[in-house]
Amino acid sequence: MADEIGNPKIRGPKDPVKKGELVEIKSLIKHPMESGLRKNKETDQLIPAHYIESVVVEYAGKQVLKATWSGAVSKDPFFSFFVKAESTGPLKMTWKDNKGQSFTAEAPITVA
Amino acid sequence: MDQTNSVTRRKFFHTAGLLGAAVASSSLMGLPSIARAEDAAPAVNIDELIAKKVGAGPIAMEKVTLDIPATAENAALVRMPIMVDHPMEANNYIQTVLLIIDSNPNPEIAQFDLTPEAGKVSLEFRARMAKSSKVRVIAKSNSGKLYGLVKEIQVAAGGCSG
Repeated sequence: MADEIGNPKIRGPKDPVKKGELVEIKSLIKHPMESGLRKNKETDQLIPAHYIESVVVEYAGKQVLKATWSGAVSKDPFFSFFVKAESTGPLKMTWKDNKGQSFTAEAPITVA
Repeated sequence: MDQTNSVTRRKFFHTAGLLGAAVASSSLMGLPSIARAEDAAPAVNIDELIAKKVGAGPIAMEKVTLDIPATAENAALVRMPIMVDHPMEANNYIQTVLLIIDSNPNPEIAQFDLTPEAGKVSLEFRARMAKSSKVRVIAKSNSGKLYGLVKEIQVAAGGCSG
């Protein structure tokens, strides 16, 4: 398996939305999400834990949501949630893993 | 207390039976073939885990939904669509949502800290399940009220290898 990692993607509303509208945000990132409990079948050694520990969502500069994950969240984690569109501004997500690597992505939210 | 004990006992006997049936194949998979007592019970005390995360107190079994089938096709990728039917207003909102899988080696799967700006509680992610287990969702409001849901999810084979 290739050690592909990163490439965060966010999908928000394509078109301008009304003020106060609840909009769904979907996100995806490539990550092995190794729990640290799995063995390498050839060497019989535990594969070290390597998973995303936190996902922070900021909208128009303010933190609106934070997810704290364990290694039992599935590989290449998908995550969707809602935000209330109050003003035009970027929706920024930051994924951080237990090895200190972090990934960010942004999607615009336009309030008409 | 009594109730908790009896559930644990029943679960133990149930699991013991399954393990008995699985002993023949387990050596092929390189798993220990001796059933340890801990295998039956969750690795940590679930009540204590919940109390540590959101505080002890009565949990109203309402408002929370986890709309998935009782049998998961792929244990490595079990959809967890969490909804909490609760306002998200400045002074009345859901602050924390926890997802716990009792029988996973680490039952503490995910925590979500929310603000009213989320607008509504509708979160979805996917989790790995080591084996069939109770899945719990606990939601805490900003005033400390707890809402919850327990759902028994069956899996064909553990998802921790995938």
